[in-house]
Amino acid sequence: MKDSDLDNVQPLLSFSVKIAQNLIKSVKPHFGKGGRFEKFHPAFDALETFLFVPAHTTASGVHIRDAIDLKRTMFTVIIALVPTLLFGMWNVGYQHHLAYGVQVSMMDNFLFGFWKVLPIIVVSYTVGLGVEFIFAIIRNHQVSEGYLVTGLLIPLTMPVTIPLWMVALAAIFCTVLGKEIFGGTGMNFMNPALLARAFLFFAFPAYMSGDIWTDLSPETGHSLVDAYSGATNLVAFDTDFTKMGSVSDMFWGFEQGSIGETSTFACLIGAFILIVTGIGSWQIIVSCFVGALLMGLVLNGLAPVDIPTHPMHTPAYYHWLMGGFAFGAVYMATDPVSAAHTEVGKWIYGLLIGIFTVILRVFNPAYPEGVMLSILLMNVFAPLIDHIVIEQHIKNRKKRA
Amino acid sequence: MSTETSASLATQETKKEGLLSKKNIQILRDPLDDTNPVTVQILGVCSALAVTVQVKPALIMALGVTVVTAFSNLIISLIRNSIPNRIRIIVQLIVVAMLVTIVDQVLKAYLFDVSKKLSVFVGLIITNCIVMGRLEAFALAQKPWPSFLDGIGNGLGYGIILVVVAFVRELLGSGSVFGIKVVPQWLYDMGYVNNGLMMLPPAALFLIGIYIWWQRSRNKNLINAS
Repeated sequence: MKDSDLDNVQPLLSFSVKIAQNLIKSVKPHFGKGGRFEKFHPAFDALETFLFVPAHTTASGVHIRDAIDLKRTMFTVIIALVPTLLFGMWNVGYQHHLAYGVQVSMMDNFLFGFWKVLPIIVVSYTVGLGVEFIFAIIRNHQVSEGYLVTGLLIPLTMPVTIPLWMVALAAIFCTVLGKEIFGGTGMNFMNPALLARAFLFFAFPAYMSGDIWTDLSPETGHSLVDAYSGATNLVAFDTDFTKMGSVSDMFWGFEQGSIGETSTFACLIGAFILIVTGIGSWQIIVSCFVGALLMGLVLNGLAPVDIPTHPMHTPAYYHWLMGGFAFGAVYMATDPVSAAHTEVGKWIYGLLIGIFTVILRVFNPAYPEGVMLSILLMNVFAPLIDHIVIEQHIKNRKKRA
Repeated sequence: MSTETSASLATQETKKEGLLSKKNIQILRDPLDDTNPVTVQILGVCSALAVTVQVKPALIMALGVTVVTAFSNLIISLIRNSIPNRIRIIVQLIVVAMLVTIVDQVLKAYLFDVSKKLSVFVGLIITNCIVMGRLEAFALAQKPWPSFLDGIGNGLGYGIILVVVAFVRELLGSGSVFGIKVVPQWLYDMGYVNNGLMMLPPAALFLIGIYIWWQRSRNKNLINAS
């Protein structure tokens, strides 16, 4: 772009911002107290604060104000999710065409996946935000920002073949029972997106496990190739870990799985964004990975010698690459609301997530993916961990005094 | 003169203790909502999770518990003045165990299939906290008739929750009510699937939670002052 172009764009941009500002200003009175649409004030407020940084100032006490508020924070997480989303869309197309043995261009793969994934995202956002708006109007509070991220995390943790009404049901379940019943965003003690996935996992097992990971909508003139198998690496791993895909495939994500979780590489890009912007806690991400590695090494040491294909023999770093471990550790475990808050607590929390994930994967074939359950379990324990850490700290201070 | 006053006192007394006086109705009605054994006192939750997969067993279970609470309350109240305080729990247990055995035998004789579905949970009515709770908290200090009403009220309060939860679980979990299919076939053809979570005990916990949520937002008596 030439400099002159940029000069042309800038006034145009500020002009459109002006228009939006004026529009908001002109309709604002209608949504205020005594206005015609007073009932819908929360909806209006949500839109206004999403577009522009709110002008409220704190009324009492001394506060440090930061340019980054909750909406901006959430948006950074969305940006960090983009790599996994784009790769996931491409992979949906790639897996589909692989199953039928069709060679197509990268763009065709992506577009196929795009049209498959988009409806899931739209349903997740519409239904979830709809529930949030209803609660905001009933309870007369602002629409919370939390759903911005949850709404994208839900589709990324689903298989692409999931029926849309199940996505809607999961979105309702996680917003109402995961969040609103406890008082909305910031009061939830479990990660809502994971709760949505867990709900579907137990409610409709046939649609969340088994041969459902690849979109097999018929391809005219082609039939399924013989080599196609619906089993993910996690299933292969339970019977014979040597039958899993290659390490590079697992790292880059050329494998079957939920939409957003196959590529460890894309998750690492997201982790980089989250850590650099200071939004995700690096302690949690690192400790999750360390925990999984340690447990993997321990199991390697204990593995039965006479069964060389036993899952306990799996090289420990495989656990980083398999299934949704990286996705869970980077985007789910770091959820600031449901994670531990103390510095030491974060390490304990992350380590235990890693350890439980590996234990569940290796010893419980009924739950192929242990990440979801172990993060939810540790969500429940996070307040207890924090409590113990703080009590211990107080005791230590007392001893020194 | 004195006989007159005592007579008028007696009439007052009988008026106050009418069989369905306001106070007695209160005793009967409170456990249905304000002091519901399951959602307010949080008692008897284990069996509420276990027997609410279908409506029919839940209904039978509710009736069984109602009979046991009502008659154990009545019997304990009748003999409350002669129970030595130190062994009262044992006495209560014997009375409850006798009633539970009667209920169990009746079910086996007349409703064998339901009795099989309820399996150990009929026997476990004996450990249902509602029964012992009402004996300790009410029957040991009250006259027989109010105790009997209290037992019926608490049994029904428990039953309401059981039937409501079982109704939702059976409807969503297996698409039927009382074993009769109510979800039409065309809905299944369109892609509807029965919700497997509803067949698992945690679903009852969610539903009881939702019920408590709804109850507390409606009934202002239950809101804590804190």
